[in-house]
Amino acid sequence: MTDARDERRPAGELEAAVMAVLWAAGSPLTPGRVQTGLDSGLARTTVATILIRLHEKGLVSRERHGRGYAYFPVQDAPGLTARRMHTELDRDTDRETVLARFVAQLNPGDEKLLRRLLEGDER
Amino acid sequence: MTALLLVPLILPFLAPTLARRTLDRLAPATALWVLTASVLALAGACVAALGAMVLTGLLKLPALATLGELVHPLRAPSDYLVVPAAVAATGVLTLSVWTLGRSAFVQARAFRTARTQADRRPAAGDLCVVDSPHPDAYALPGRPHRIVVTTAMLRSLGPAEREALFAHERAHNRAGHHYFLAAAEIAAHCHPALRPTRDTIRLAAERAADEAAAEVTGDRRLIAIAIARAALAGHTSPPVRPDFAPAATTGPVPQRVTALLAPSSGRSRARRRTAFLLVACTVLSVAAGTVGVVDFHHEVEIAQGEESP
Repeated sequence: MTDARDERRPAGELEAAVMAVLWAAGSPLTPGRVQTGLDSGLARTTVATILIRLHEKGLVSRERHGRGYAYFPVQDAPGLTARRMHTELDRDTDRETVLARFVAQLNPGDEKLLRRLLEGDER
Repeated sequence: MTALLLVPLILPFLAPTLARRTLDRLAPATALWVLTASVLALAGACVAALGAMVLTGLLKLPALATLGELVHPLRAPSDYLVVPAAVAATGVLTLSVWTLGRSAFVQARAFRTARTQADRRPAAGDLCVVDSPHPDAYALPGRPHRIVVTTAMLRSLGPAEREALFAHERAHNRAGHHYFLAAAEIAAHCHPALRPTRDTIRLAAERAADEAAAEVTGDRRLIAIAIARAALAGHTSPPVRPDFAPAATTGPVPQRVTALLAPSSGRSRARRRTAFLLVACTVLSVAAGTVGVVDFHHEVEIAQGEESP
């Protein structure tokens, strides 16, 4: 991916990408670390701007880290409601009907096949 | 007339095989349209045929014949045939309406809950993260579109693979795949043979989203690996439902991965032609159903003394 292409992506997609890095990390990250975790050509200043915007929206908190800040996702009270929504959806075994899930259940044969594919890729 | 009305009831049994063929031989996005339109037409013809059978039986009852302003008895095959057919058709239709209504109620409730919760939170773009140890991700349709992803899913994928996942879910939302899935669900409740076709339509929707994501990221292999890794991550937790499927059969996930790893080859015209056998089957079914129903309507008008035989 080139710089130009990433800079042109809609702001929402960039915010989502940054948020995903923070959630995946599980510990506070500096803008520099977020930039490394993004695997894209975004400039560090762009990442910093996105983090500030997310902070203004109340989606992330920050703590002092050296001369700058380290950011982490907010585990808000709605975090609970989000979990409730998830269990509500989980109750319906065939919820894939309206909600297209990324991956379905695997059977044992599937598992073997997929492991072989991934191993073949890493070799 | 009864013979023609049987055609829309029998032809859907061919649909699962022909639907698989359609998906194998067409581009996924095209296949999704063809499959969905076909099953809806097949389901419609089936319901129309059942309805005509029920009405034939009802008009045999003297009270209803008077109510329907029949001056002559309705010309129909012997009562030994019409009455059991009408009873069976009534049973099947009632069952369909019941299961469809229940499914619609449950899903609408789940969907509403998901929507209200997602809307309550400020969003980072379209992403809604759920803190959960179970890897899961899905597209949440509605306004605005959302992608719901659990923290476990985010952690099981690398940076590039996360982008692949987002691209896949955004493709679902952009193409409005939930309409197709809802149509497949409705059709599945109209005829038992259209149930396996629902799974084919689900697979077609996933394949279409995979291909769209591959287009966005420019890397088919990346999408394949992301799917495989996500599926395996989800598999370490014990399966929620018992797995009766034999291990020899290949589930939807490996099919998607294999399709992405295979080079995207041009499809020959001859191969493409067989993809439309499902359409031919549908057209036949709808035609037979229409002729059957029109014929029935004509018989009723004769019985009402409005037309001569």
